[in-house]
Amino acid sequence: MQFIDSQQALPEGALLLDNQVDVLAGADEIRRHTVVVLQFPKWTDGRAYSQAVLLRARLRYSGEIRATGEVLADMLPLLRRCGFDAVQMRADQQLETAQRALGYFDNHYQTVPPERRPALSNTHSLHHSAKAAP
Amino acid sequence: MYAYTDFDRHFVRARAAQYRDQLQRHLAGELGGDEFKPLRLQNGWYVQRHAPMLRVAVPYGELNSRQLRQLAHIAREHDVQDAGLATERGGFGHFTTRQNLQFNWIPLDESADVMDLLAEVDMHGIQTSGNCIRNITSDALAGIAPDEDVDPRPFCEILRQWSTLHPEFAFLPRKFKLAVTGAREDRAATDWHDIGLKLHRNAAGEIGFRVAVGGGMGRTPVIATLFRSFVPWQQILVYIEAVVRVYNLYGRRDNAYKARIKILVKAEGQKFVDAVNSEFETLLADGVTALIPQAELDRVSASFTDPLIAPDDAAKPEVEALPAYIRWLQRNVQAHRLPGLRAVTLSLKRAGLPPGDVTADQMEAAAALAERYSQGELRVTHDQNLLLPWVSASDLRALWLDAREDGFATPNIGLLTDMIACPGGDLCALANARSIPIAAAITERFDDLDELHDIGDIDLHISGCINSCGHHHSGHIGVLGVDKDGREWYQVSVAGADGSTLSGGAVAGKVVGPSFAADEVPDVIEAVIATYLRERQAGERFIDTSRRLGTLPFRHAADAVRRSTATVN
Repeated sequence: MQFIDSQQALPEGALLLDNQVDVLAGADEIRRHTVVVLQFPKWTDGRAYSQAVLLRARLRYSGEIRATGEVLADMLPLLRRCGFDAVQMRADQQLETAQRALGYFDNHYQTVPPERRPALSNTHSLHHSAKAAP
Repeated sequence: MYAYTDFDRHFVRARAAQYRDQLQRHLAGELGGDEFKPLRLQNGWYVQRHAPMLRVAVPYGELNSRQLRQLAHIAREHDVQDAGLATERGGFGHFTTRQNLQFNWIPLDESADVMDLLAEVDMHGIQTSGNCIRNITSDALAGIAPDEDVDPRPFCEILRQWSTLHPEFAFLPRKFKLAVTGAREDRAATDWHDIGLKLHRNAAGEIGFRVAVGGGMGRTPVIATLFRSFVPWQQILVYIEAVVRVYNLYGRRDNAYKARIKILVKAEGQKFVDAVNSEFETLLADGVTALIPQAELDRVSASFTDPLIAPDDAAKPEVEALPAYIRWLQRNVQAHRLPGLRAVTLSLKRAGLPPGDVTADQMEAAAALAERYSQGELRVTHDQNLLLPWVSASDLRALWLDAREDGFATPNIGLLTDMIACPGGDLCALANARSIPIAAAITERFDDLDELHDIGDIDLHISGCINSCGHHHSGHIGVLGVDKDGREWYQVSVAGADGSTLSGGAVAGKVVGPSFAADEVPDVIEAVIATYLRERQAGERFIDTSRRLGTLPFRHAADAVRRSTATVN
């Protein structure tokens, strides 16, 4: 996960998407950009998680997906698993807290589409593919 | 019941540690109240009238004696306060219609310690609140009901695991409730849920789910719409993923009262159904889809084997069949899938305690009964009672005597005093009016068992506000607390139904006129019941008569007993 200073301007070629945008409808334009920036107008508004999942899993978008807006340290585990690989946290958030938040769980009960591997996964792993053998 | 693996234990402990970090930052002033709130909610911590309320998850209502003893310990050591009235000293829990347990008096600064205590016995408060997928509910007779086609417990467990800390669906527009049943009788009110799942077999004998979406109570009661009559079990997580993703992207977030999925289903109609089905088909075609592997179902199912009980068919002949015992056998004992076994309900509806409440001592007593008579396992029922799922028929009399001793043997299951009630304004900060005194007054009014048995099967549901935690919409008689000019008033409705065979199709009850004053409510209930007793035809239950007659005769009867509201209205 890349932590980007909250004051830093968006890079050249970044595409900023509102969280009400249907990312599937804008597929062609999205693929032309190396950075897609998804927004959290309020941190409890969870639409951008689904947008990121669709970008990674449905569009197979491999560029950077960055979270901006009211991004709090406690959101980091969710963001990472949904396919975000960069965050600009709200200015008052502490990097140390965010990194600690990423460390509590080493495994999960389910996979989200960005974590799923194609083909064979249907037959044997899932839905515990990340889970240690019982 | 499901046996926790090392993975599961590690997971709930990690969750407790994560919560402790968040709590410490909050107490140190680093994490503000508004930001801490959604985090604590997703661990079951509300802040209520007196203190934080903790809602402990009891997944699909399954509980063991060891867990119940730990809950008693928590009630005794942490759910306490020194000041206040006798009823405000804590030391008790409250079982809810969603099969969970709530504490009311635990200080916030002890909350992380309590999470550790819960984790010690494989428990937690994960997703018992907040705008996320809530604890899964099911039939209290899951796996033991004679009318069951498919045992829902392994699927409930798989759903529990799948929904636990699902990162995409942690911040939905609003709360999201799932209920699962596998029996012909719907004992889980599935059509009143955001997603109601019914397991059944198709003509080829394959197992799948009937999926209904968009049910819910609250300000706008809506019965769920049938989306698919058969989703193969392997694909059910995919279907739910499709429903929740479309809801997450398109559900309203501008108005909390219009944010439940029921509003989206109503507003968009077929367009929403099509969007879900299209997402589902796309996911299935994707090749990276989370089908449930047979091996995983087998692994989870291995936890739900029948206990080895030698059926004692030579049940002892009853020496003297006391009327009280016969009554208990009729009301509190249910048939079982296995020969020689019975399911026994411990009634938590008795004079002197609010519906669903248990003191620390009673938790220990129930744990002991479960250990002695039911393989150490209990179920929390949707109707806020406890149920012992594995009782030998030959132990019934001994169990009855013990349960009587502990105050659990009121023979009123399914009767008027076996009512559902939320904690109401005594404890809940949301409530407009109190539920507990209303429940107590009705219990006191109808204390004659002969009369109760004559009235017969009836669902009385009481909610202290429109959030409908007491399910007033689905009560044959519903009571709803409303607030006008800072005073408590109560709306009474009749002919609501939860969707069970007795009740008929799920439907919201109809209000019988303007609100009543609190002290009028017992008279109104009595007048409504008297109308039924007078008008009933042979074999009719209250719900049948109220359906046949409509609200009018009940309204007239209720109006006739108005006192303070007679002039107002």
